[in-house]
Amino acid sequence: MSVKHALLALLEQEPMYGYQLRAEFEQRTGTTWPLNVGQVYTTLTRLERDGLVGADGEDAEGHVIYRITAAGRTEVASWFTTPVARTQPPRDELAIKLALAVTVPGVDVGSVIQQQRSATMAALQDYTRLKRQAGSGDAPSDLAWSLVLDSLVFAAEAEIRWLDHGEARLRRAAVERAAAAPAPAPSATAPTAPTTPTTPTTPTTPTTPASERSAR
Amino acid sequence: MSAVLQLTDVVRVHGEAPHQVQALRGVSFAAHPGELVAVMGPSGSGKSTLLTIAGGLDSPTSGAVTVEGVDLARLGQQGRARMRRTSIGYVFQGFNLIPALTAAENVALPRELDGVAPRQARAEARAALEEVGILDLADRFPDDMSGGQQQRVAIARAVIGERRLILADEPTGALDTETGEEILRLLRARCDAGAAGVLVTHEARHAAWADRVVFLRDGVVVDETGADRAEVLTEAAGR
Repeated sequence: MSVKHALLALLEQEPMYGYQLRAEFEQRTGTTWPLNVGQVYTTLTRLERDGLVGADGEDAEGHVIYRITAAGRTEVASWFTTPVARTQPPRDELAIKLALAVTVPGVDVGSVIQQQRSATMAALQDYTRLKRQAGSGDAPSDLAWSLVLDSLVFAAEAEIRWLDHGEARLRRAAVERAAAAPAPAPSATAPTAPTTPTTPTTPTTPTTPASERSAR
Repeated sequence: MSAVLQLTDVVRVHGEAPHQVQALRGVSFAAHPGELVAVMGPSGSGKSTLLTIAGGLDSPTSGAVTVEGVDLARLGQQGRARMRRTSIGYVFQGFNLIPALTAAENVALPRELDGVAPRQARAEARAALEEVGILDLADRFPDDMSGGQQQRVAIARAVIGERRLILADEPTGALDTETGEEILRLLRARCDAGAAGVLVTHEARHAAWADRVVFLRDGVVVDETGADRAEVLTEAAGR
């Protein structure tokens, strides 16, 4: 997450000092991604060094006020118009875990999937509860917070759909293997899922007896 | 608190011996006042069968179903029909409104069938429509309403007469995300007001509105979240 760009975007509204920036950030995003104030000041120092913000005197209590520069405004504009790079898929660990579960002997893949599904569902219930409490205020900061919650909701939902999908594929693979076992001739009953037993990189063709139990 | 709906070891077998299909293979669960329970599972997991049995539209091959303490099997066909008019509200994916009747007439119908005077039934219908936020559409016909509005009418029809068990089968299936969410808010509000709800869905986002999510696979409950499972199980065992 780019703290740098988030702070710049906030400063585009009006000049602010560190604590204020943190408060504004959290009001818009909830405490989903907490910022510590040290992180805010380190970032401000770096932004000042790069000429994107400038210190603009102190208020009555001695807080240093920061103001965005013209270069800073250009930077914010380009942040908003550039898509976020998808170089690091967020569910990396789960995808890796499942890819390994279907290939490492002795793992009960069905229960790996079900445990994750229950845990993700519990999180989804929590997010939905927060949504219900958030109400439907029309203030921009209410809207911002509810959009952040929606993002968490949709991500959790996608994870559960992927787990459902993975479970269905495992079951189909187990059925096809069982059907193919007595007669080694290639099965022609499943044109949508060509079995490629010679390709070692097909992660959804588990070869362990344990994975068959997942189709209970 | 005693359950509004209690299923104990419910088994449902379709068809005859060589080609039998076990839709449910011993399902126990309860829905309490103020509680919304979601049943999640893929097609063929038995979730729709479970709902029709809970609503008295179908009978289990073995096991017991009680609604507000009454064993549905002990009621005759007529008794179950009466139960459906007075205690159980159904909401379907396809709304199932009668096209020749206005919104208010659709909502009043179960009350009129139950012998309530038309004037009173009509007054109750208007109150129910107000509760779901569409009193202004009382005199419209279903064809002149959006999907979301029709589903609101269906919810009003399901709750009229203070029915305490609401059964919903994919109620948001035909609606867009935001409209679907409004429907879930209404179901949720009804449960928060004291009804027991059972929501069958294959969408996790919708199931998340429930207090408890029951996962169904091949006719058995494989897992639950948010549950006080011990309580549910002891209740089933103590019957």
